[in-house]
Amino acid sequence: MTTTPLLTELTLRAGTEAHARRRTPSTCPCGATTTLADRPDATVVRHADTVAKAHAPDTDQTELTPRLTTATHLPDLLLPPLSPTPVDLHGRLVTFWPYGTPVDPENPDAAPWEPAATLLARLHRTPAPTHLPPMRGPAKAALAVARLRDATSHPAVADVLHAWSALPAWARAEAPMPDTTTLCHGDLHLGQLVRHPAPDGPWRLIDVDDLGVGVPAWDLARPAAWYACGLLSPEDWARFLAAYRAAGGPAVPADGDPWPALDIPARALTVQTAARAIAKAVAADRPLDEVEQAVVDACGRMGSTPPQLAHGFPK
Amino acid sequence: MQCPKCHAPMHTYNRNGVQIEQCSGCRGIFLDYGELEALTRMESQWGAGQAVPPPPAAPQYPAQPVAPAWGAQHGGGHYGGHHGGHHRNKGFGRMLFSS
Repeated sequence: MTTTPLLTELTLRAGTEAHARRRTPSTCPCGATTTLADRPDATVVRHADTVAKAHAPDTDQTELTPRLTTATHLPDLLLPPLSPTPVDLHGRLVTFWPYGTPVDPENPDAAPWEPAATLLARLHRTPAPTHLPPMRGPAKAALAVARLRDATSHPAVADVLHAWSALPAWARAEAPMPDTTTLCHGDLHLGQLVRHPAPDGPWRLIDVDDLGVGVPAWDLARPAAWYACGLLSPEDWARFLAAYRAAGGPAVPADGDPWPALDIPARALTVQTAARAIAKAVAADRPLDEVEQAVVDACGRMGSTPPQLAHGFPK
Repeated sequence: MQCPKCHAPMHTYNRNGVQIEQCSGCRGIFLDYGELEALTRMESQWGAGQAVPPPPAAPQYPAQPVAPAWGAQHGGGHYGGHHGGHHRNKGFGRMLFSS
C-alpha cells in the first residue's frame, strides 16, 4: 500500500488524540497505529483505543455535523464520536472515535443478528432530531449505478440496469422518499457494528455518514437482499426479522409477509451490490465470482417480476 | 413445512428413494435442490432396465421464511450443508461486510 500524505497525517493525529485522552501519554500501551480502511471514500486508522476517520472527499460539513450530533445524543444506539465537530485535514473532514471490537468475518455463526435488528428497531422508533438530512441509501445506490453506466460494457450490465429502471423514482434518488421523518442508519451491513467498550461491551452502530430520515425498510434491506440472493441462510434471516419485530420496529408489519415493505429497497440494494461487483470485476479484469454472480442473477430474475408496492400497513 | 402457495401443511413422501413434500391442501409438490434430477435419472435408468441405487435421505428442515419472487432457490433444507455452506461462507467474509 502506498502511504499518502493523508494517511501519514491521519496516523499522526490518531496517536496525538489517543495520548490526549490520557492524563499521561506514557500510560498509552502504544504499539503501532494500524490502518483499518483506506478506500477512496474513507481512510480509517487506529491507535490504541482511538480511531481517526477521514470522511469521503465530497462530504458536506453541514450534513455531517448534525449526523455526528445525533450519534452524540444517542450513545445507547450509535457509537458517539469523541467530539461532535469534524476537523479539516488536507481538505478532508476528520473525526475521532473510541475503538470498538468489530464483527468477526471468519465466524459467521457469531454474527450478532439479534443485536443488529434490535438496535435498528430502537433507532427507527427514536424521534429524528430536527435538521437531519435525508438518509443516503438511495443516493448511494444511484451513484453505484451511475459508475456502472460510465465504466463498462460487461454482458451483465443490461440486466442490472433493467432491474434499476423498474424501481420507483424515490428508490433511485430521483424523488424524495415517501418517509421523511423516520431515523435511519442508511448503510447497514455487518461492518457497521462494534462492541464498545472493547472487547465485550454492548453492540453499537457505527458510521453515521449516511444516517438520516427516510424509509426504515432500507436498513433491513441488505440482510433481506442477501437472503433473497441465497447468501444468508433462512435461519439467520428469520432470526434477524423476528428480533426486529420483537423490538417493535416500524419498517415491516408486526406479522405476516414483510416483502411488500422490503421488496423495493432489497431490489435497490441488490442492484447496488451487483453494480459494484461488476465494476470491481471489470477493473481487476477477472470474471464474477460465485457470490457476485448470485447477486447479478437475482437482478436478471427481477426483470420478470415487477416491484411490489408497499401499502396497506402503517409506517 | 408450509405450502408456499396455500399455506397448508406439507407432508413428506418417499418416491423411489427420493423425498418429496406434498401439500395436504392443494396437492402441490415441492422438490429439494437436485431431486428433480434424481427422479429424472431414475426414470431413465428404469427405462434402461438398470438397478436404481437409493439416494441418501433428505434431512428434515423447518419451514422457510417468505422470499420474493426474484429470490434464489435456497436448496430446501440443504443450507449449511455442502452447497449452502460453501456459498454462504464465501459470501459472508466479503459481501456482508461492505457497502
